[in-house]
Amino acid sequence: MTRSGILLVFYFFFYLLIQVMLFKNLVVFNTAFCFLYVAFILFLPIEINVVALMVIGFFTGFLVDIFYDSLGVHASALVTISYLRNYWLGVITPQGGYDANSTPTLEANGAQWFFVYTIPMILLHHIILFLVEAGGFQSFGYTSLKILFSVLFTMMVLVLLQLLTGERRRI
Amino acid sequence: MNRLLRFFYEYRAFFTFLVLELICAWMIVQNNQYQSASYFNSSNRLAANIIGFSNGVREYFSLRDINKELANENAILRTKLEQRNQSIYSLEVHEIKDPAIINRYEYASAKVVNNTTSFFKNYITINKGSDAGIKPGMAAISSVGAVGKVKSVSQHYSVLISLLNIDEHVSSVIKRTQNFGTVQWDGNDPRFASLLYIPRHVQLLTGDTVVTSGYNAVFPEGILVGIIRESSLKEEAPFHDIKIELAQDFTKLAFVDIVKSNLKNEKDSLELKTIGDPK
Repeated sequence: MTRSGILLVFYFFFYLLIQVMLFKNLVVFNTAFCFLYVAFILFLPIEINVVALMVIGFFTGFLVDIFYDSLGVHASALVTISYLRNYWLGVITPQGGYDANSTPTLEANGAQWFFVYTIPMILLHHIILFLVEAGGFQSFGYTSLKILFSVLFTMMVLVLLQLLTGERRRI
Repeated sequence: MNRLLRFFYEYRAFFTFLVLELICAWMIVQNNQYQSASYFNSSNRLAANIIGFSNGVREYFSLRDINKELANENAILRTKLEQRNQSIYSLEVHEIKDPAIINRYEYASAKVVNNTTSFFKNYITINKGSDAGIKPGMAAISSVGAVGKVKSVSQHYSVLISLLNIDEHVSSVIKRTQNFGTVQWDGNDPRFASLLYIPRHVQLLTGDTVVTSGYNAVFPEGILVGIIRESSLKEEAPFHDIKIELAQDFTKLAFVDIVKSNLKNEKDSLELKTIGDPK
């Protein structure tokens, strides 16, 4: 197993545990949730096979579901994200393409690209998640409020974590 | 055949996507069924241990409140016992001599290790399971009011459907007028729920207490559910719109009592025989 492989396994447990032990208890005003585990799928290497990505996404979502007692809800949202991720990466390829063996992170591609990449993905994830969880469009106003604030919250934590764990520091 | 296989291979990403989403949809439907004997939820041992650890850390911040609540409950129970003793002393009780009636309900206390209030379907995990005699379908109450029903159990843990779950209905009665209806949560505010099916001729007062009716044999009769805070009556509407404030603050739930209803089987089988399957 290579160094990056070990790192991926570490990230997997890191995101899963921090999600179910910390962010599960951290809901602001009953509306803003943080679903940081999406970042695990978003920051996997760019060249990863889409089928493998979906299986990983399903598995991750399934484990999160066990802790949230919502079997299938997180898994379905995460599988959709995994399916669309590589297409979306292809659409927003920066000039000159991606570096070989790189991961789609903030410091590799710059802030503007990073937001274009993550915000639609996280928005889509949250939309699917909350609509499936509510079982349809009942009390849609409240659901959209939840979606909006949760995207803000998740994005905030995501960016903070990216700034903290950046390997190449710009001085 | 060859072309078909090639077609599948060409679009393998899409088909994998489809298959995985179908599995998810199947799981969601399965999980929505009341009283499923599911292994993949927070009652399984590893998940419950991890959640229990994180709860153990959180618990230190609320120890003071929990202690106060338990002491209060003790005091109330002691008063009640004394009142009961005094009243029985002077009365001659003829009616209830059957021990099966007297021991209708048994209680098992359990600690809450996991609880959410902010989803549409909230569940509570507690640290007692089939070892303590808990079975799916039993009621959970706290010192102040109704909490929920047991959904599934493992050996040492159980998952309850919280009252804060849009699929949960509790048969209830307004204590003052004795009209019965159904309490259901609407998914928004964890402090309030709705009381449905109270017909329009009933004169309501703000502050009326709503208690469980005991009709479905899950909850004992007379467990406090909440207090009416707002009610309105639209023209032409057959029922009142009633908002009740729940007696139990679900954001602070620490201990619950599981109610084992010993006569439930007898009541259910009698009803099944005469009325037929309710579903």
